[in-house]
Amino acid sequence: MLESPYPLWSLLGILFFALNIAAGLIWLERRLLGLWQDRYGPNRVGPFGLLQVVADMVKIFTKEDWIPPFADKWVFIGAPAIVVATVLMGFVVVPVTSGIVIADLNIGLLFFLAMSSLGVYSVVLGGWASNNKYALLGGMRAAAQMLSYEVFMGLAVMGTVLMAGTFSLGGIVQAQARTIWYVIPQFLGFVLFVIAGIAETRRLPFDLPEAESELVAGFHSEYSGMKFGMFFVGEYIGLVLISSMITVLFLGGWLGPWLPALVWFLIKVFGCIAFFILLRASLPRPRFDQLMTWGWKIMLPLALANLLVTGAIVVAVR
Amino acid sequence: MPLLFALAAIIAIVATVLAISRSNVVHALLYLIVSLLATAVAIYALGAAYLAALEVIIYAGAIIVLFVFVTMMLNLGDAVQRQERAWQPGRGWIGPGVLAALLLGEFIWMVTEGGLGSQVHRVAPKAVGMLLMGEYVVGVELASMLLLAGIVAAYHLGYGLLPKQKAQQPTSETTEVGTK
Repeated sequence: MLESPYPLWSLLGILFFALNIAAGLIWLERRLLGLWQDRYGPNRVGPFGLLQVVADMVKIFTKEDWIPPFADKWVFIGAPAIVVATVLMGFVVVPVTSGIVIADLNIGLLFFLAMSSLGVYSVVLGGWASNNKYALLGGMRAAAQMLSYEVFMGLAVMGTVLMAGTFSLGGIVQAQARTIWYVIPQFLGFVLFVIAGIAETRRLPFDLPEAESELVAGFHSEYSGMKFGMFFVGEYIGLVLISSMITVLFLGGWLGPWLPALVWFLIKVFGCIAFFILLRASLPRPRFDQLMTWGWKIMLPLALANLLVTGAIVVAVR
Repeated sequence: MPLLFALAAIIAIVATVLAISRSNVVHALLYLIVSLLATAVAIYALGAAYLAALEVIIYAGAIIVLFVFVTMMLNLGDAVQRQERAWQPGRGWIGPGVLAALLLGEFIWMVTEGGLGSQVHRVAPKAVGMLLMGEYVVGVELASMLLLAGIVAAYHLGYGLLPKQKAQQPTSETTEVGTK
């Protein structure tokens, strides 16, 4: 297990970077989408449109923050906070480098899974408290989708746990330093984890809970101002978190030649984020029953088979 | 550690009482979630970090989500809330209340007199796994067989409904198109 020499500075640094990267991603995503769709994207505010983020923030903070009179007031207010809180809690166990880590728990991976499973409540309760049919439908979709894909996510990473012999994320990276990056021996697990990760963060093509062409804006139809902003930022921090987890579990975390560890970590994380944005730019949204069928009939058997084969090989090698 | 445990235990008890006494089902479920999270912290304080993580993942993260899901599908309105309120004050509470209070007293005595702090030792995930897959493997296998039987039964019960749904789908779509 890793011990950081400066746990408090790690905490502040990770918090600062996670929030700022999440805000910056709003700009990055729109620019990249523009690039892939052969247009400019935001390019008027500041150099390369970089200050677009600031403009968006000013706009979102000054908008009317309206609580519908028919909503369940306290649940309505609390729901957006849950998503940001649980996602930020997930960063507690992420080892950025061998020196920058808040707490490398020996149940680190389980802690991450627990926090990601608690994140469901935000969307579900937000949809229910809005007291709106579209929001309710979005919330129900989110509950079914995230509950199902959590199962596959947990099963997909168990292959790496078997190979590393530990739940500690720092330990998993150190095990990859001794052998090779787990993306090679655990390629199937990697693919399944990425798919489940997209579904967990409700990113396109799996954004069915807020599918705007069928459900207005899904679970956050009634939200405005900074409450909507919390859902928005929560989604982007979730994107950073899931990219960090892919990096740590399958892409060797901070490992890499020549460059400093932190630079390697950031390169890998931003590579994953760019891949997620590319998926959004290129894939259509499936139907909800297709999503569930895909999960339970393809993802689950594959994840179980991956676990079985990995377990057999690990036993045979030992 | 005893302070952490005591605090978590108190939160769990208060949240559970509130979960029982709420008339709004979703509010009750919210308190139940808090109660389960507090239980997880209490278990963590006793040294079983692995069990605490599983408590959050399985109970708070999966089972209660299903409860919330079903509650949303039922679309319970004010009528149900009024009915719940009408049921609440009653003599039915006295018996369970007294018994639960006795248990609570026993528990407090156990914690204070028994010296919970001295018994705490950390259990790593590996130790739990070794026990489950070694000494208690028969029990684990029996439980998994029971679960499998449950899944097969649920599938069988649900299977009877499938052909009907398929038959209904196209007709409802065509009527929709027709009315437009």
